[in-house]
Amino acid sequence: MKKLVNADDVIFDIVNYTMLTIVLFMIIYPLYFIVIASISSPLDVLSGNVVLYPKNTTFEAYRLIFKDKDILSGYKNTLFYTVLGTFINVMMTIFGAYPLSRKDWVGRKFFTLLLTFTMFFSGGLIPTYILISKLKMIDTIWAMLIPGAVSFWNIIIVRTYFTSSIPDSLTEAAFVDGCTNLKLLFRIIIPLSRPVIAVMVLFYGVAHWNSFFSALIYLNNRKLFPLQLILREILIQNKFSEEMLVDEESILKRQLMAESLKYGLIVVASAPVIAIYPLIQKHFVKGIMVGSIKG
Amino acid sequence: MIRKLTETDIKKYVFRKAKLITRNYQLYLIFLPVLLYYIIFHYAPMYGIQIAFKRFSGALGIWGSKWVGFDNFIRFFNSNYCYQIIWNTFSLSLYSMAVCFPVPIILALMLNEVKNSKFKKTVQTVTYAPHFISTVVMAGMIILFLSPQSGIINKVIEFMGKEPINFMYEAKYFKTIYVFSGLWQNAGWSSIIYLSALSTIDPQQHEAAIIDGAKRLQRIWHINLPGILPTITIMLILSFGGLMNVGFEKVFLLTNSLNRSSADVISTFVYRVGLINHDFSFSTAVGLFNSVVNLVLLLIVNSITGRLNQTTLF
Repeated sequence: MKKLVNADDVIFDIVNYTMLTIVLFMIIYPLYFIVIASISSPLDVLSGNVVLYPKNTTFEAYRLIFKDKDILSGYKNTLFYTVLGTFINVMMTIFGAYPLSRKDWVGRKFFTLLLTFTMFFSGGLIPTYILISKLKMIDTIWAMLIPGAVSFWNIIIVRTYFTSSIPDSLTEAAFVDGCTNLKLLFRIIIPLSRPVIAVMVLFYGVAHWNSFFSALIYLNNRKLFPLQLILREILIQNKFSEEMLVDEESILKRQLMAESLKYGLIVVASAPVIAIYPLIQKHFVKGIMVGSIKG
Repeated sequence: MIRKLTETDIKKYVFRKAKLITRNYQLYLIFLPVLLYYIIFHYAPMYGIQIAFKRFSGALGIWGSKWVGFDNFIRFFNSNYCYQIIWNTFSLSLYSMAVCFPVPIILALMLNEVKNSKFKKTVQTVTYAPHFISTVVMAGMIILFLSPQSGIINKVIEFMGKEPINFMYEAKYFKTIYVFSGLWQNAGWSSIIYLSALSTIDPQQHEAAIIDGAKRLQRIWHINLPGILPTITIMLILSFGGLMNVGFEKVFLLTNSLNRSSADVISTFVYRVGLINHDFSFSTAVGLFNSVVNLVLLLIVNSITGRLNQTTLF
């Protein structure tokens, strides 16, 4: 077929591409600015000289960040919560989604209803807090791992993936060959569901990495603090540990360095996640979201 | 003619069910942890809601504390701050919805028209990225960028010859800061759902429209938009259902003593009264009021949209 080119189409394309390019720059510039500000001399950042590229490049901020005890322990804790927490989340999500995806499972409707209700109504902050403290989970790592062990929204996504991409005939054939439900799940269904599992790992992993609220309410012991709580002290409350800025002679220099540190910290805290998600991005649009919305 | 159920029919039915249950016993086994999780961490706290109608004392426990009827609710409704925080919650939510709901739809419609797949992927990758930034970092960025001494926004304002503004310390700016930073962070991500809905539209419809001489904008308006209308409706219902749940974290992190008058929302209030001041019963009452309003809103919106275009959540 011959391609039809008309003036309206061309104008539309020009306007469309231009607007999207503007959107692109509006989103990327603040991120780019943080990176160049973190490696520029603090004085240049303060006086507004840093606009398009770093000035008087220095990695002093990063040196200070990576020798700070609080930040390092926060980083370590976050890594631990993220790895173990995500593993628990993904297993629980699969364990919830697989039975719910099976039409021949007696109790499917009842359990779906039971879980759906929790999406719209909950005990609220204080009753949950009382429960967690009754269970003696305050100030333990379990408070960071167990109360959010699974999300029903994600169960729905995985369940939809199971029902829509794994044919019933496959299940039946496996049964005829004498396969049990567990074998079927671990040998056939999980290996076939890698894309949705990858997306789950990303979703839960990012949530753990960024989680701050449960640590805020359930943790008092600094040794258990995740990175985000340490970040809050520095970025929001302007609280720096004593030794961090001890090298700086004057108050002015300290303040300058403090600003620089904040830019560096934002990079250090966000880089891992921003670096990983594009790898899983190809799975986002297709399949995952389509079914989930219609339940 | 309807056949009467005989005893053998019932026996057969029971037998078939029993066979299904025993054959799938492993499914119950793996579902057990999930079920226990929901009972312990979602249903058990609902039992604790009763303290909203009690004067909770840690020594007496949830069951032992004294009933006080609606006292906690009456105290809330008689207080000065009650209407202010309800107003803040509603206005912040509605403002946010008015700005953040349509933009992802428009973005998805625009992206859908991009034929160059490299450009499309770049825009998507970049616009999704801020979604993965934590709320703490986001709040930190906002404070850094808006800082009156060193913030880049004030540098621009100074460059134009005006006085720098201390955005974070003036209550009137809070809602706009909240809403537009939210737009920057989530507009791209929210467009995914519409993009995937757009990908299911039958290309034959477009071919037919082209033959009929429809222009690009006409096709977007008459084919793409109606095509994603069910998705838009569901998303609208969900966001109305969450109207009273303005994100705790960002509000909490951006609040300070000077902007609190326009920033304090129900969730931050519940946190402050409950966990900082240890007024458990009062806090639970306010939280319960919030959940009930939310649930009612969800049901109302769901039934309205159901009547309008047959798309409902349940």
